[in-house]
Amino acid sequence: MARKTLLLTTALGLGWAASAQAQTEIGMWYHGAGNEVESAIITRIVDDFNAGQSDWMVTLESFPQNSYNDSVVAGALAGNLPCILDVDGPVMPNWAWSGYMQPLAIDASLIEGYLPGTLGYWDGELYSVGLWDAAVALYARQSDLDAWGLRTPTLAEPWTQEEFMAALDAARADGRYEYALDLGMAWTGEWYPYAFSPFLQSFGGDIIDRETYTSADGVLNGDAALAFGEWWQMLFAEGYAPGTSQDPADRDSGFNEGKYAFAWNGNWAAVPTLGAVEDVVFLPAPDFGNGPTIGAGSWQFGVSATCETPEGANAFIAHALQDEYLAAFSDGIGLIPSTPGAAAMTENYAEGGPLEVFFGLSAEQALVRPVTPGYVVAAQVFEAALANIANGADVADELDAAVDAIEADIERNQGYGHDG
Amino acid sequence: MAMVSAENRGLRLAVRYAVLTLVAIIFIFPLLFMVMSSLKPQAQLLADTSSLRAFLPVGDISLQNYTDAFRRAPVVTFMINSVLVTGITVLLSLAVCSLAAFSFAFLEWKGRGVILSVILATLIIPFETIAIPLLLMVSQLPWIGWNGLEFGWLNTYRVQIIPWVADGLTIFLFVQYFRDLPRELIEAARVEGATWFQVYWRVVMPLAGPVIATAAILKFLVMYNQYLWPLIVVQQESVRPVMVGLGYFFQLNTAWGEVMAYLTVITLPVLAFYLVLQRAFIASIASTGVKG
Repeated sequence: MARKTLLLTTALGLGWAASAQAQTEIGMWYHGAGNEVESAIITRIVDDFNAGQSDWMVTLESFPQNSYNDSVVAGALAGNLPCILDVDGPVMPNWAWSGYMQPLAIDASLIEGYLPGTLGYWDGELYSVGLWDAAVALYARQSDLDAWGLRTPTLAEPWTQEEFMAALDAARADGRYEYALDLGMAWTGEWYPYAFSPFLQSFGGDIIDRETYTSADGVLNGDAALAFGEWWQMLFAEGYAPGTSQDPADRDSGFNEGKYAFAWNGNWAAVPTLGAVEDVVFLPAPDFGNGPTIGAGSWQFGVSATCETPEGANAFIAHALQDEYLAAFSDGIGLIPSTPGAAAMTENYAEGGPLEVFFGLSAEQALVRPVTPGYVVAAQVFEAALANIANGADVADELDAAVDAIEADIERNQGYGHDG
Repeated sequence: MAMVSAENRGLRLAVRYAVLTLVAIIFIFPLLFMVMSSLKPQAQLLADTSSLRAFLPVGDISLQNYTDAFRRAPVVTFMINSVLVTGITVLLSLAVCSLAAFSFAFLEWKGRGVILSVILATLIIPFETIAIPLLLMVSQLPWIGWNGLEFGWLNTYRVQIIPWVADGLTIFLFVQYFRDLPRELIEAARVEGATWFQVYWRVVMPLAGPVIATAAILKFLVMYNQYLWPLIVVQQESVRPVMVGLGYFFQLNTAWGEVMAYLTVITLPVLAFYLVLQRAFIASIASTGVKG
């Protein structure tokens, strides 16, 4: 009996070991270190995948978000990228062009109905797909709008520039607020192009000419861009909004504490505001003449170019694209789920949910940032130009200098693969 | 006349102490802000930043931020990694650089002046300029480990230690100090039959306490504050040091209290190390005129 038990135990042990060995290991890098909720969800997805099939074993390594991109670039140089990467949407074309990534090979039916900003295309091929998107809205108090006799704008009928400025004037005249508008100038980096280039686009300009992606001349320094620049500078010169010296603490809590009448902020900040400002409303971007626009494209999954088992990496990504997981991320960290089905499963984005409006914003107003490898540099140039203009620099000179810098970078990189 | 002089001396002393107190306050306040903020909840911390309350343990004080910080990140792992990497590098650096400096200061060999100049010239090269070539090199270097010969040093302690063992500043500090030692001591030891290594070990190093302390503290600070290098050569959490770990706390809505708690905890080894060596460090600054 003891001998039989021993044999059975040995057989089971060997069987388990064989099964474990049969799974080919696939590395995965993720940007969410330090975020407990996010880490728990991604770990659950990985564990479910590993337990649900016997071919692949995904091993997860998490990085702090603020240094993730540097780690990936260093990993690419050193030749030790894992199979599965996550990548910030606007950065993806750069990594694809640099040869860090390969196109995804997942069934097209899996991404049907996905918000446009969650799909990362480069050179006509799908390179990345996101489980969520983010959106920006104009935070306001319904009681203020009513008191000042302002129309509540809708997706179908957003404020015009005149209506928007009238709202800021009303807020300033009210006298209860330190500033009429908080644009979040304290948040440097990607926030500037993500949050503010939509204003430029709504004026009729852009960071780069999207027809060719080889020039910024005429779009970043044309008449529309100049009009945007003058308007942008006026917001600070006339005291509508705090400038680049804004205290980050005020950015984090100023609207909730009643320092600002309006705030231009993302959906990720909406949940705390719902608790702090009883009658908060999230308004769509104003239309400055060329249609209302907000930024799109958040973190997405992709496969590294050096991955020797892309079928396993693609299998994992396909596995992750389940509404159940999309909803879990949304409920966990407040982001906008990529599909209507997943949105319906969430607390905040389901029909009648407090943040439902953000799903509509992503679906209706979102425009991805320029899809070009050169965006990484152009974004930094744009950020510097906007900060300088806010600080009083000559608008035309700044925009001309920005165009020169962006075009010089494009030239240095032989057009980044665009024909021109 | 004597009374006037005494009054002048008193006044001068008062001014001196006032200035010293002011300087001390300027240096101590950031630390005080860090520690006090680590004890406050987020809302209170942000509200207090605009007043002197930021430097006082007032309001809703607790250790909750510390609990949360330890839950958010493997703080103990990061600290062990940093202390281990820093400690080993400091020890190896003291040994290697002092031996090199001994050679430059006391041994007669052709070309030593040129080589020392080249080593000192490396002081003006920013690390950022060699980071990528170094990364490419260490990613291919061989190593004989438990599994035999392997290639690539990434994700190890050695990749954080070995490239930092020898450096121009530490060699320079030792050379300067050794050159000021009385030559008679060396010559007497040599006349009595001591080998060069015995001179180094039994004569020179016992006299080098202050410069050892200075070099150790400067190296400790450089190594403990490493960010760029571990960022690009270490991808595994298990070997990640404290400064890269700081990134765990910067989320979309940063919990500043936890940031301050983490900073307070990781500052402790630096303070402890300095306190242990401060007498020798100050003595060395006084004698070499070098400070960190």
